[in-house]
Amino acid sequence: MAWLLAICPVLGIIAMAMSASHLVPIAISLLTGDGMTALFAVSMALNFILGCALWLLTRTSRRELQIREGILLITLVWIGGALFACVPLLGGIGLSFTDAYFESMSALTATGATLLDGLDHLAPSLNVWRAQLQWLGGMGVIVLVVAILPMIGVGGRQISKAEIPGPMKDDQLTPRVTQTAKGLWIIYFALTLACFASYFAAGMSWLDALIHSFTTISLGGFSSHDASLAHFDSIGIELVAIVFMVLACINFASHFRAWQERSVRVYRYDSELPYFMVVLAASVIGIAIFLWANGVYPDLASTLRYAAFNTISVATNTGYATTDYARWPVFAPLWLMFLGTFVACSGSAGGGIKMIRAMILYRQVYREFTKLAHPSAVTPLKIGDRVVPDQVVFSVLAFFFAWLATLVSMTLLLTLSGLDAITAFSAIVASLNNIGPGLHQVGPAANFSVLNDFQTWVCTVTMLLGRLELLTVLVIATPAFWRK
Amino acid sequence: MRVSGLLSDIAAKYATPGAPARRDANRTRIALFRKDAVKIVILGAGQVGSTVAESLVSEANDITVVDVEPTRLSKLQDRLDLRTVTGNAAHPAVLELAGARDADLLLAVTQSDETNLVACKLAATLFNIPTRVARVRATDYLSHPEIFSDENFAVGHSICPEQILCDYIVKLLEFPEALQVLEFAGGKVSLVAVRAFHGGPLVGREIQYLRQHMPQVDMRVAAIFRQDSPIAPEGTTVVEVDDEVFIIAATEDIRDVLRELRRMDQPVKRVMIGGGGNIGRRLARAIEDRYEVKIVEYNKAGAERLAAELDRTLVLVGDVTDEQLLEAENAGEMDVYCALTNDDETNIMSALLAKRCGARKVIALINRGSYVNLLQAGQIDIAISPAQITIGTLLAHVRRGDCVAVHSLRRGAAEALELIAHGDMKSSRVIGRRVEQLDLPKGLTIGAIVRSRGGDHEVLIAHHDTMIEAGDHVIVFVVNKQMVASVEKLFQVDVSYL
Repeated sequence: MAWLLAICPVLGIIAMAMSASHLVPIAISLLTGDGMTALFAVSMALNFILGCALWLLTRTSRRELQIREGILLITLVWIGGALFACVPLLGGIGLSFTDAYFESMSALTATGATLLDGLDHLAPSLNVWRAQLQWLGGMGVIVLVVAILPMIGVGGRQISKAEIPGPMKDDQLTPRVTQTAKGLWIIYFALTLACFASYFAAGMSWLDALIHSFTTISLGGFSSHDASLAHFDSIGIELVAIVFMVLACINFASHFRAWQERSVRVYRYDSELPYFMVVLAASVIGIAIFLWANGVYPDLASTLRYAAFNTISVATNTGYATTDYARWPVFAPLWLMFLGTFVACSGSAGGGIKMIRAMILYRQVYREFTKLAHPSAVTPLKIGDRVVPDQVVFSVLAFFFAWLATLVSMTLLLTLSGLDAITAFSAIVASLNNIGPGLHQVGPAANFSVLNDFQTWVCTVTMLLGRLELLTVLVIATPAFWRK
Repeated sequence: MRVSGLLSDIAAKYATPGAPARRDANRTRIALFRKDAVKIVILGAGQVGSTVAESLVSEANDITVVDVEPTRLSKLQDRLDLRTVTGNAAHPAVLELAGARDADLLLAVTQSDETNLVACKLAATLFNIPTRVARVRATDYLSHPEIFSDENFAVGHSICPEQILCDYIVKLLEFPEALQVLEFAGGKVSLVAVRAFHGGPLVGREIQYLRQHMPQVDMRVAAIFRQDSPIAPEGTTVVEVDDEVFIIAATEDIRDVLRELRRMDQPVKRVMIGGGGNIGRRLARAIEDRYEVKIVEYNKAGAERLAAELDRTLVLVGDVTDEQLLEAENAGEMDVYCALTNDDETNIMSALLAKRCGARKVIALINRGSYVNLLQAGQIDIAISPAQITIGTLLAHVRRGDCVAVHSLRRGAAEALELIAHGDMKSSRVIGRRVEQLDLPKGLTIGAIVRSRGGDHEVLIAHHDTMIEAGDHVIVFVVNKQMVASVEKLFQVDVSYL
């Protein structure tokens, strides 16, 4: 077990960095005078002292990490991060540990499921803290999926490495990880800034604009209002949200390349993008027609408005709502949940299977059809102009099976504990794909507080599994991982 | 110097419609005034090299063939009256030995693009060979035409046999009724060969009936071959079953002509290609957006590369002579089956199998002429000789007179040429005269004339009263290659003209 020591100093440094992130809520607290300054100061000190101690004690064993250590580190960062992050929630709102941990895991995984009521009356610094956790989590995920997971090759992640157009693709990523990460963060930061300015211009207060820009770009979906974006009832704000949700759901590696080359032509090489756009547009139109045909809204304009916003919000795994879409005729909310499982592009903070894997799965099925009709056919699986190696296809298939098995087993666990089928299923779909709200009891108008402790933990674990692409976490549970 | 300057003016003045972009004054000089034997250096004694040598030797040219492989050369020398040099064609000493100093034409057709390019550069720099033709196959080179310029590799004209073949087959798929479709004057005029079939509008009628039958389309029957011997077509000639009829018409009219002459075959929808080599791959790539294409390749790794490169083609791995594979893949449902491997026997067997399965039309690449004669008519619909098709492009550079294009027909027996008429009434034998006034030998037909008028190119189908003007592109058909010399003579400019 001595090798475990090597990751401890890294964890220590991350904890110390986390303590620095307390400065924002402290500043907000001082500005608004909501009385949470001391709480955040204590939490900050706790982070710093524990992190510092960990680093000091183990810093001599720091060395270049092996893949196995990397995988463990990633999981520990999210588990530990949520642990530290729940301190202000425990102290500020008086939640139980289970609930506080759920809330902070939901934040760090950019899921957006909440069990808090009365968000409008929550101290502003606490709302900022929740939003900022999503923002940090989203940033971590993007770096993780663009720069780190391709090296490990989890669940066919190599494909996203191959997908990065231009000269970067043949480079060894290792020496460039920090550089890549820096580039991604600059884009992430710039998008957030643009989003903040747009929200502000569209009529939000600066505090709301800050919170919502954090949770839009990370595709998290936390809001500072119980009614989510319906609180503002403003078409301008909804349009801003739509634009930035779609932008944030595109592969950040493409944004990165576009920024490097100062040209939008780079997006042409993004093979997921056309499918993402077409599925999204077709779904918006389809849902609007369906709602119109069912007479849900009195006029076409509002039908289109609600259909577009809620469809895009759920499909991109953000989870804002401008209406209780769970009350739409049942086909529509189920379709939204289905979209949420696969629409997000790889290399974004979106969750689920990801568009690229869905494309590979679809083509693999088609390939089997061809093989049946023409046994001697050679049918490479192509994405864009590139042939996807069979090894990648296999790991995508393994990923999909793990995803499906998790979905089924976690849903069964929830129903075992007494939840009704729709609530259980939608809660797991919403957690596993980091969407946020589910349907029925956990729908957009309600929240996850109806769950008992056991059910809350099931959802917490599911969120973590979904966020870290399942295999990264599941592999830790295998004996082979711990064998010398 | 004064003369050559004048000549470049002439060359510029009669810029060819759609002809190769670089037509240098040097070439015009030899072509117009050459009287003695042309000295040709051929690099590479492979498929193309030997066929070209064979074809050119018979025309009384001085030929030297260079190759690294002495056995290939000795085989060639046994059959043909030519000189051979063994050595690397990209070495100056070898070129010098081959007589590059006073050569008129260099044909660099070795297996290696690089050797061909270097040889052209050497020929230009060290030996000043005026006309240089190189075979360049790599598309990577071809996509940068600037490297062929005089300052760079000095390639006067580059040819890619695979591409020529591929274009040829694409035309055949486009016009499934035709045996052959050849283009002149940058695609303005086409020459098509069709077989008269029982019950068609041609059979049993005089040729002049065609004009009444199709008054709206102007065309000309250039030649008729009956049981492999040519018949000079006249208005009263009666076409018989299985005659091979060559017709010249403006390209835009070709489809109408074919529709009238043959029962309208179903347009081609499904194509199967046997052999995924250089030609098969190019063909599949060129047609996969237009037709449903299947391609069979023997080599597994080769098939995987093909499948990676092609988007819509179904790539199959297997033997093209495997009857079960052909049946399983519905070779019988194919509109056209093309056997394009690099092995004659395989192509013949494969095409015969596909025909027996029920493929509507089968095309096979057959290099050896003797094999074609072995096959009974109708078993293989179209036998393509790669070398014969490529050679036309090369022949255009060897012919006297300002020759733009040459198509070798019927395995080199007949020829169709596109020449530019230069000079005036006095210096030229054709200009200012009506076709009927020309003393044309039997078997030589002037098919069409392309005249440029203020940037526009007008296609005139030649009739007895058509007048030839200076600068006209004249398309001439000869049923026998021996007559090429008289064509050259006809279009040569009298030296006193200067």
